[in-house]
Amino acid sequence: MATTYQIAAVGDWESVMGFRALGLATYPVASAGEARETIQRLAKENCAIIYLTEQLAAGLSDVLQRYKDELRPAIILIPGRSGSLGIGSSTLRQSIERAVGADIL
Amino acid sequence: MAGINVNPTRMELTRLKGKLKTAQRGHKLLKDKRDELMKQFLDTVREVRSLRAEVEEELMTVHGSFTVASALMSSQAMEQALLDPKQSVELTMTTRNIMSVQVPIYEFHTKTQSDSDIYPYGFAATSGELDTAVDALGKVFQKMLKLAQIEKSAQLMAEEIEKTRRRVNALEYVMIPDTQETIRYITMKLDENDRATTTRLMKVKDMLLAEAIEERRRQDESSLEKFRDA
Repeated sequence: MATTYQIAAVGDWESVMGFRALGLATYPVASAGEARETIQRLAKENCAIIYLTEQLAAGLSDVLQRYKDELRPAIILIPGRSGSLGIGSSTLRQSIERAVGADIL
Repeated sequence: MAGINVNPTRMELTRLKGKLKTAQRGHKLLKDKRDELMKQFLDTVREVRSLRAEVEEELMTVHGSFTVASALMSSQAMEQALLDPKQSVELTMTTRNIMSVQVPIYEFHTKTQSDSDIYPYGFAATSGELDTAVDALGKVFQKMLKLAQIEKSAQLMAEEIEKTRRRVNALEYVMIPDTQETIRYITMKLDENDRATTTRLMKVKDMLLAEAIEERRRQDESSLEKFRDA
């Protein structure tokens, strides 16, 4: 039960390099395709949380959908260096719609 | 409407009544589960919303500091400074059960205990801005971890609510009315059979009675004949 897991940050180098200083496993990727492979590999390994930049997440909605209902990994979107795209909040809105049937907030 | 092609027997009726009872009980329980889950979900969602807004804002500030730092240092120096982390984090995950939904609880441990000792580089070759940036990121990270936990919980709960809602609706609008319909059908059919049997019996009784009367009349007549002859 008390297995230890990794926390990963996936994004462009500039956005994730700071997390390296904190001891997270950082995976600088350049393209969405690369990010997809990285996430799929991490999901199979012992990775519990993946922080993904919104810039990359824009093209990876299928991957997000795939891991949404799994306990592990949790893919959490964070704004990249170029700013927030609002994808993180819109995924939240989607799950509200899914549960309630309408956007009530 | 469905389920009409059943055997209209008492045994089937008993079976269906049991099924209806179970369905109604299940419906009530699932409805309660859905309502409670929804309550928890909405609480979590509100929390996620505010926390996400906070994290996003703070992260943008951190990104800003990193930009400043990288403006003051060459990108190679920057890369070098951050290449070999001193700090390492370990995450243990336990799960909590909220209305049968397993949600994660993260606990993380850092290898170095003191917060001031996280800089993986010497101070000589780096700019002070980098320290600020790393420091700020460390602070945001706590919130990010919390965010990960509740956001994942919200996602998992959303899935469970959707499932439960479907089940409640299926029971309420399909299963229970169908079973009731079938029970009504069987009851009617059995009653009809009963009535048919009664009528048949009455008819048979009438016929037998008529026959008996006829028989008696003939007997009487024949004995009367004999009596007259004698």
